[in-house]
Amino acid sequence: MSVATLAVETRPPATYGKLQRAVRDIVVLTRRNVVHIAREPLQLSDATVQPVLFTLLFIYVFGSGVPIAHGSYKDFALAGLIALNLTTSAMGTAVGLSSDLNTGVIDRFRTLPMWGAAVLVGRSLSDVLSAALCITMVAMTGLAIGWRPDASALSIVGGFAIPLLFAYALSWACACLGLVSKGPESAQGIGLIFLFPMAIVSNAMVPTQGMPAWLATVANWNPVSSVTAAARDLLGNPNPSAAIHTWPMQHPVAASLVWSAAIIAVFAPLATALYRRRTTG
Amino acid sequence: MTQPMIEATGLTKHYGETHALAGIDLTVPRGTVLGVLGPNGAGKTTAVRILTTLATPDSGSARVAGFDVVSEADQVRRNIGVTAQDATLDEALSGRQNLVMVGELSGLRRSAAKTRAAELLERFTLSEAADRVLRTYSGGMRRRLDLAAGLVTQPPVLFLDEPTTGLDPTSRVRMWDIVRDLVADGTTLLLTTQYLDEADALADRIVVIDHGRVIANGTASELKAATGGARLEVTLTKPHEAAVGALRLLTEGEIDVSADGRLLRASVRSGSGVATAVIRALDTAGVVVDDVAVHPPSLDDVFFALTGSPATEAAPAADDLEGVA
Repeated sequence: MSVATLAVETRPPATYGKLQRAVRDIVVLTRRNVVHIAREPLQLSDATVQPVLFTLLFIYVFGSGVPIAHGSYKDFALAGLIALNLTTSAMGTAVGLSSDLNTGVIDRFRTLPMWGAAVLVGRSLSDVLSAALCITMVAMTGLAIGWRPDASALSIVGGFAIPLLFAYALSWACACLGLVSKGPESAQGIGLIFLFPMAIVSNAMVPTQGMPAWLATVANWNPVSSVTAAARDLLGNPNPSAAIHTWPMQHPVAASLVWSAAIIAVFAPLATALYRRRTTG
Repeated sequence: MTQPMIEATGLTKHYGETHALAGIDLTVPRGTVLGVLGPNGAGKTTAVRILTTLATPDSGSARVAGFDVVSEADQVRRNIGVTAQDATLDEALSGRQNLVMVGELSGLRRSAAKTRAAELLERFTLSEAADRVLRTYSGGMRRRLDLAAGLVTQPPVLFLDEPTTGLDPTSRVRMWDIVRDLVADGTTLLLTTQYLDEADALADRIVVIDHGRVIANGTASELKAATGGARLEVTLTKPHEAAVGALRLLTEGEIDVSADGRLLRASVRSGSGVATAVIRALDTAGVVVDDVAVHPPSLDDVFFALTGSPATEAAPAADDLEGVA
């Protein structure tokens, strides 16, 4: 059989608009990244094993030593565990993008008549899917050991949606890290230095009231705290931060939305610019 | 004459202090194969990267399939297939998933991309390994898949950057067969290689580049003829003291005589009647000859003559080259 013998039309239909092509490219690359997550034990564990493990460890180990007014540590901790897990696993974006840049696969994409930024958008969307899986794992584990939300269905959906939006925003920041780092290992190392303190210096696992004043101030303005407080309110779980008189703790839902929007507004264009710079020569 | 499928004029490109390309002109007419030959670091890959829209030239311009590689990059991408020197496929996907992905990103519908992927896997004898993750592929299989990925949309122009570097001899011959089939189908091909026999076997015309410049340009036989110097080997029935003297007028440079005095080797100007002249001269001198062989110069000899260094070794320092460049 000759290579020229084609059973299929290999030219794209001319009717495809620019937008339609871009959407298709994004879908294709998102699907590709999902296959990666499913096949890479480390990435998969970030979204499955780690959330279960963290949930059990924090609730049983910390739960015995952290008193929560008007509720149980279990009910307090769950929203915090969602925020903690999403924040630490946001590194996956940096690692994944950095790995792609260190192989020839980006060069292959760049010789195809596709929308270049689909590489980044596809990455951030597959990260949202993996974040949704992570939230599900935390919630299921919580339910299994006695955590209960106490709010309307709509409110509960909101309680999961806000952390998900934040994870999406964070993935753009981490994309920038992936684009400036030398390789996946250094992306992971640098990512941990930023993300781990960000996850811990917050109201996620302990109320900030017990922290030294300066640390409490940092924690109360940390976007992770806004997201956690918003999720607690929306899930109908105890939220000691409601007693703190700073704007984000008084309006955690609004603060979470502002933080997420601001992070996307800064880092999405930056990531696009960095990607362009990194891939033109 | 119709418009060439690849046309580059005065391409330059530097990376920091290194002048990867110092002004390259290339022309590849439709349906022909251009072999770009040069040692490591000569600028071959840089030239391919510019022509395939992966890099932009500092100066000069290039058109591929009639489109400018800088201002009409998207149109160029619709008309080219690329097989880069390094693997450019996704290690964590299967061979089939890779080809389907490339097809979809090239604008095919998913069903069409799947059909085309199956065709190519069959064609490149990868059907059995189609659903294995790429990590488990051998070097030859990867190259074939990489080539298949470049052919998904059956592009009229194909770029192969060192398609056989690092392959075992069997895989190499197989790759050559595939390339010959493509050319038979009318594809315009630009092929870079470090191997002179590869350029000789596959290319219609050859451009020799070194230090970012074209140092020779022509068909394989033109290049050989330009270098002159065929190799002459004469085997005598028995050693004869007059033999060297009789050959001296016909040869260039030293005449090498074997230890037993029967085998004489030297360079001669290639041209018609060389063998006859050699035999006549030796006969006149009373020397009895068993065998005369005139070997046309190989591309290795050509490269040596042009650059003063063997093609397979590292390129010479820049100042050695002033004379040839």
